[in-house]
Amino acid sequence: MFDVLFQRGFDGRLYLEWLLSGLGWTLALAFIGWWIAFAIGVLVGVGRTSKSRVIAALSRLYVEIFRNIPVLVQMFLWYFVLPELLPTGLGTWVKQLPPPWGAFFPALLCLGTYTAARVAEQVRAGIEALPQGQEEAAAALGLSQLDTRRFVVVPQALRLIIPSLTSEVMGIYKNTSVALTIGLLELTAQARQISENTFQTFGAFASATIIYLLLALVAYRLMLWIDAKYHIPGTSPSKPARKPLFGLFGKRGAA
Amino acid sequence: MNQSNANTNVVEMIDVCKRYGTFEALKKVNLSVRKGERIIICGPSGSGKSTLIRCINRIEQHDAGSIVVEGQELTGAERDIAKVRREVGMVFQSFNLFPHLTILENCTLAPRRARGLSKAEAEDRAMHYLSKVRIPDQAKKYPGQLSGGQQQRVAIARALCMEPRVMLFDEPTSALDPEMVKEVLDTMIGLAEEGMTMLCVTHEMGFAKQVADRVVFMDGGQKIEEADPQTFFGAPENDRTRAFLQQVLH
Repeated sequence: MFDVLFQRGFDGRLYLEWLLSGLGWTLALAFIGWWIAFAIGVLVGVGRTSKSRVIAALSRLYVEIFRNIPVLVQMFLWYFVLPELLPTGLGTWVKQLPPPWGAFFPALLCLGTYTAARVAEQVRAGIEALPQGQEEAAAALGLSQLDTRRFVVVPQALRLIIPSLTSEVMGIYKNTSVALTIGLLELTAQARQISENTFQTFGAFASATIIYLLLALVAYRLMLWIDAKYHIPGTSPSKPARKPLFGLFGKRGAA
Repeated sequence: MNQSNANTNVVEMIDVCKRYGTFEALKKVNLSVRKGERIIICGPSGSGKSTLIRCINRIEQHDAGSIVVEGQELTGAERDIAKVRREVGMVFQSFNLFPHLTILENCTLAPRRARGLSKAEAEDRAMHYLSKVRIPDQAKKYPGQLSGGQQQRVAIARALCMEPRVMLFDEPTSALDPEMVKEVLDTMIGLAEEGMTMLCVTHEMGFAKQVADRVVFMDGGQKIEEADPQTFFGAPENDRTRAFLQQVLH
């Protein structure tokens, strides 16, 4: 079934290399996109809980816009519509970016800003879940509101939401496949190309599927590790039950 | 209006009112505290005693009347409030330590960020006050690893690290297991003996008798009685005070 991977395509490279090249773009998109999402998400999430009505309203607006438009539509907006809205010179420059950058950057912005809206809601929930006494104590000590957020509220809120952020990490990673619609040759797009070139649809997509699954497991493990690393000593752990399935990557003899 | 001296009051509350919706938590309360005075505030739950001291550092905002702390009137101005809060330490019923920071970091955060101390200065100061509350050996631990009594002593040290002019205690022993009450009260007695200006909401009447210069009894959002401990416990004037004392003194 997987022997297709060891055949050579029209460019003389193994189809396996095609897949790995696609994987590279998928990972680049997911990784860089995640940090964009995380940075914007934390800022907007904190903004959602701001005492300033203007900041709270703008943050809410951001979340509603980016969370409620289908990610595929957003992909098209960034790729097809944005260059038309920019000043002519800049728009033309964007449209003439050499491949794959012409598709990579819109895809990156799309996934980053979309996931940021989801992260922001998690951050807001995390902040609201903290006891009121934390902010009171910080205020009573004379800390400014900004310092209170920076040193007291956000560090605790982020720890609280690590389990639900795991879903967002998995989410952005899977959503990278939408970038194929604007011509980025990421993992799914490469699988499709292999399938079209060899008619071995099953082999091509099965390979891509396995790669997605394996990496999802790695991401999950990574988040468990981060959760453990930032766990606050003396508090009860937020560990999800470790299913035997994931023992694959865990320590031996756990079961 | 700027600098206070020994003659002026550290805290001056005049006709302070506070309402939550239609509920009047404070009805024209007057209270003045001189430098070095120890004031105990008691009263049944819902009497407004916590609200009263929480207004002093504007954790709660009063609706009418005036509050002057260290010569600074409390209004909406953000900068003035920050200034007042740096001079007023507060200890809460539920400790409110920052669980993600070590004991040492809990004590150094505000001095570094709000007083501009260097890390080394703040740590020296923190160790000084942690020694004072007799837990310097726990500095590297996290709050969750300490007992309730230890946590509350850390909370006292954390407030002292700002070297405040006034300390507010909001039922500091109410959340503690009985065997831990004494260690916290002893710390507070030590502080009182050093001349710290203190306002303390508490039901610990033994403590009140021992350290108070004045005892204030509140009920229904009003100050019902205010007297020195001998008078307050020996010959209370008001019926409600007597009824309350009968319930808490056993």
